[in-house]
Amino acid sequence: MNRYAIAAIYRFELERTWRTIGQSIASPVIATALYFVVFGSAIGSRMTQIDGVSYGAFIVPGLMMLSILTESVSNASFGIYMPRYAGTIYELLSAPVSAAEIVIGYVGAAATKSLILGLIILATARVFIPFGILHPVWMLGFLVLTCIAFCLFGFVIGVWAESFERLNVIPMLVLTPLTFLGGSFYSVSMLPPFWRTVTLFNPVVYLVSGFRWSFYGISDVNVGVSLAGAVVFSLACLGAIVWILKTGYRLKA
Amino acid sequence: MQPIISIKGLSKTYAGGFRALKAIDLDIRRGEIFALLGPNGAGKTTLISIVCGIVNSTEGVVTADGHDIRRDFRAARAAIGLVPQELATDAFETVWATVRFSRGLFGKPADPAHLEKVLRSLSLWDRKDDKIMTLSGGMKRRVMIAKALSHEPTILFLDEPTAGVDVELRREMWAVVRSLRDTGVTIILTTHYIEEAEEMADRIGVIRGGELIVVEEKAALMRKLGRRQLTVHLAQPLALIPAGLAGYELTLADGGHDLVYAFDAQANDTGIAELLRRLGELGVGYRDLRTDQSSLEEIFVSLVRGAA
Repeated sequence: MNRYAIAAIYRFELERTWRTIGQSIASPVIATALYFVVFGSAIGSRMTQIDGVSYGAFIVPGLMMLSILTESVSNASFGIYMPRYAGTIYELLSAPVSAAEIVIGYVGAAATKSLILGLIILATARVFIPFGILHPVWMLGFLVLTCIAFCLFGFVIGVWAESFERLNVIPMLVLTPLTFLGGSFYSVSMLPPFWRTVTLFNPVVYLVSGFRWSFYGISDVNVGVSLAGAVVFSLACLGAIVWILKTGYRLKA
Repeated sequence: MQPIISIKGLSKTYAGGFRALKAIDLDIRRGEIFALLGPNGAGKTTLISIVCGIVNSTEGVVTADGHDIRRDFRAARAAIGLVPQELATDAFETVWATVRFSRGLFGKPADPAHLEKVLRSLSLWDRKDDKIMTLSGGMKRRVMIAKALSHEPTILFLDEPTAGVDVELRREMWAVVRSLRDTGVTIILTTHYIEEAEEMADRIGVIRGGELIVVEEKAALMRKLGRRQLTVHLAQPLALIPAGLAGYELTLADGGHDLVYAFDAQANDTGIAELLRRLGELGVGYRDLRTDQSSLEEIFVSLVRGAA
């Protein structure tokens, strides 16, 4: 194990985060604060409770997920896309590092950043809305798992993308709609039966629902399915990365 | 002595079907400066990239410092430093951060004293806290050299180290390379400047169309450089070289109109006077005499054109 390489990559990536601390942390926090003001306070005050939870509190887990999913993918994808774009990837490819070390370094740093971001959003939400967390350990577990899963996914996107536009396609065109339609702002049980069935094909539903269960003990779907889904997704992304680094797909001629 | 790099039967066919390398065999000796010469697209960079692990080979075996570059990639790569041709740097990082990163990436514990030594030797120490984007092109290239040296490699690849670099900086670069060699580092550089190979190299390899067509001591190539030709334009064309001239290194050219004599210009007796006397004795008349010297450049050009 080349632990010096892992440390070097991890440190390098986190330093990039500190350098761009404004856009890394401030913009998602401001966006989330706006959601709370509009949905939580303005609209939420006229909404009834959902499963005994106030509307403002109900949307907290979904909003955290919304930011974590998009930020994880864009951070992790940027982290590996940038060296490809600038040409500095030569050094990584010529270094005595294994696939595992590269993943731990890059994905670990991106997931760390996402985790910090999630916790900041949680604290920001608490400023606007009172809520408690029923299963804090599960909450943290879900949070860490989601950060890792989507940073792994982001790494795959960063290797696949051939342009900055493509880099943004997945977060913008896939993740944001899936999260909005994934029960972040409503309970799936509020939908008509047909749409409820359609929604169950959206993987983000399981993620948001499981995460919300850790907060309030209420869930639209089985929590075990949520957890298993997140684990399977992580493993699939990990498999893709191992394949990429073994074959050199889009990295080596 | 065991070669520090051994390349056997190395071939590379790119996905598009282009054969960049065709069964290359090459041994690099420990401690030498080896110059790989060749025109653009000859396969120089592909060869280097395979040894360094950036490009996958199609066939062949490569060992670096005794380690197979695939099976034992960690040990092989840890021994190698690479300075690629393209200027690719982390524009927003400081010089210090980028060399520290390189050292860690290659599996070495932090050693600020070594990094300071490297940066000082490349006149970068004063700029260590500056962002790379604020440096000049020449300095960026030195940053790339510093990164390659940060993990104390025993083999250094320099891919076109002086391309697009002004004369002064080129001289400076040569001095750096020489001082590295003095510390025991083996250096493989690619160039298409003949002058550079002549100035620096112990041995020279010429690559053309993916094939290594010549690998020779520079001194041997220089002897070729020292060879001259005397062309005797004959009054009457000859079909054969007369038996009486058998002792000379002669060829007929231009349909027998020219008699070409190759000789060593550095020798005390070039043999010209004797040859001309023999021609007179044999009754071979001539109209004109001309001598030519082939430069390393010409040798190179004739080699890469396939004439030699």
